[in-house]
Amino acid sequence: MTVRLAVAQCAPALGAMKRNLEMHLRTIERAREAGARLVVFPELSLTGYYVKDLANDLACAADDDVLAPLAKAARGIDVVAGFIERSPDARIHIASGYWSEGRIAHVHRKVYPPTYGIFDDGRYFARGERFDVFPSVLGPTGIAICEDAWHMSTPYLYAVRGAHVLLYVAASPGRGVAEGGDLGTAESCRLMDTFYAQYLTMYVVFVNRVGHEDGIAFWGGSEVVAPDGTVAARAKEFEEDLLVAEIDPLLASRERARNPLLRDERHDVVLRHLAERVGLPPGLKEVLD
Amino acid sequence: MLVAFLRDETSKVGLRRGVVGLSGGVDSAVALGLAAEAFGPERVLAVHTPYRTSTPGSLEDARAVAERFGVELRVVPITAQIDAYRDLVGEEMHRVRLGNKMARERKSIEFDLAWPDGAVVGTSNKTELLLGYGTWFGDMASSLNPVGDLYKTQLRELAVLLGVPDRVVRKPPTAELWLGQTDEEELGFTYAQADLILYFMVDRRLRPAELIAAGFGAVLVGRIREMVRKSHFKRVTPLIAKVSLRTIGHDFLYPRDWEAD
Repeated sequence: MTVRLAVAQCAPALGAMKRNLEMHLRTIERAREAGARLVVFPELSLTGYYVKDLANDLACAADDDVLAPLAKAARGIDVVAGFIERSPDARIHIASGYWSEGRIAHVHRKVYPPTYGIFDDGRYFARGERFDVFPSVLGPTGIAICEDAWHMSTPYLYAVRGAHVLLYVAASPGRGVAEGGDLGTAESCRLMDTFYAQYLTMYVVFVNRVGHEDGIAFWGGSEVVAPDGTVAARAKEFEEDLLVAEIDPLLASRERARNPLLRDERHDVVLRHLAERVGLPPGLKEVLD
Repeated sequence: MLVAFLRDETSKVGLRRGVVGLSGGVDSAVALGLAAEAFGPERVLAVHTPYRTSTPGSLEDARAVAERFGVELRVVPITAQIDAYRDLVGEEMHRVRLGNKMARERKSIEFDLAWPDGAVVGTSNKTELLLGYGTWFGDMASSLNPVGDLYKTQLRELAVLLGVPDRVVRKPPTAELWLGQTDEEELGFTYAQADLILYFMVDRRLRPAELIAAGFGAVLVGRIREMVRKSHFKRVTPLIAKVSLRTIGHDFLYPRDWEAD
């Protein structure tokens, strides 16, 4: 039995949240009609990416009334969408929410907001602190927002915490045209998707956006890579697309029986070496001794 | 602070003079006063660039301001070239289009007269810049701008402080792009109204809903916010399409004040 997944490769309007919300509602309906149980939107799909000082104007709590129509639409189909979260202590985060049965069920806050090159997230956003696995219709799932996924500890932590699925939502700018056959960023992302999927034996669902913001082109190319490293589905580049893929929730288990890398993973050795470098957080010393 | 800004930011790039387009209005009068203090009056040139529809009163006011700050005033009429261009184009030009053309013509003269060692001193105030009430690459253009962070209301106060003639401070602001034009009539609100809303919106970061809750009119708040939004392109450099690994304006970022060893 497979579960049908839809990937909404869209082009959000920068700073126009109402318009984006309507786009989400339309896309959710299309995904529902296509028989999907889950539809995943890219990073900051409700606001656009290079929001700069608009971040403060667009920020809201995950259960804010502004997002109520989205929650309402998430019945019979679950929804992952990107928004700017204002936390109870008034920090502003790049966040992705999981809406199910008409309410918000999980929020991941971007742990690695990049601040270099063409990125300036750190100027506008606070950092998330956790990588929590939650139950989605696809099985145990973790969300990585764009730069999160480039840090290999992110998919690693999700995998060792039990995730079978990594939802890698992105606003990935296409660049490096002159450097080889394809866009440099596209090649890097595909390499990551395949590598993480195969060596952590989990589904990697890469959800990228398209469109332009201030001269930067988002390249799309969303894809679903299975735990055996095969590409189950891939979207077009630079164009909006609703990519539909079948997820086999038991495939990760079968693949792990054949390829038990995660079973054999030595968390204690990893932790000991990390502790040698940065010390141990309070309460963990007894666990190791 | 503004005088030191002009002095330091020009001298470190080898500019020794200032050129100010002096319209006869209060913004350029303040810019001229600051430039005269920064460069010394003998190193500043005021340029008045009337078109045939400009009022003679503006020239008189420009003269009075130049005299007040001891700066040479050069009058360069733009009637000949603008009319020649109108003939060349050979079609009826919308008055806004014509106004833009004149603003760019004026700026081109200022940059020419600044060559080789002068800075064109900007005269656009914060209100105009935020509302986008100016011509892109016209009056909004400059080498550097000492008054761009001061609202119109603040500029009037500074003008009094600098000793700008009373008549200039008090007269209704106009871009003089066509006969009888005044800014406030064209905008449909007063600078005093706009400045108060912009101050709370921009400087104090209140969101439109908060401004309305604080008692400002919803229509005016919405209108001003839309003007700010729609004109943002005028306040940034033109977009460059990013394709390579390193792109001017995106990730090839150096300080403008990039100094030699």
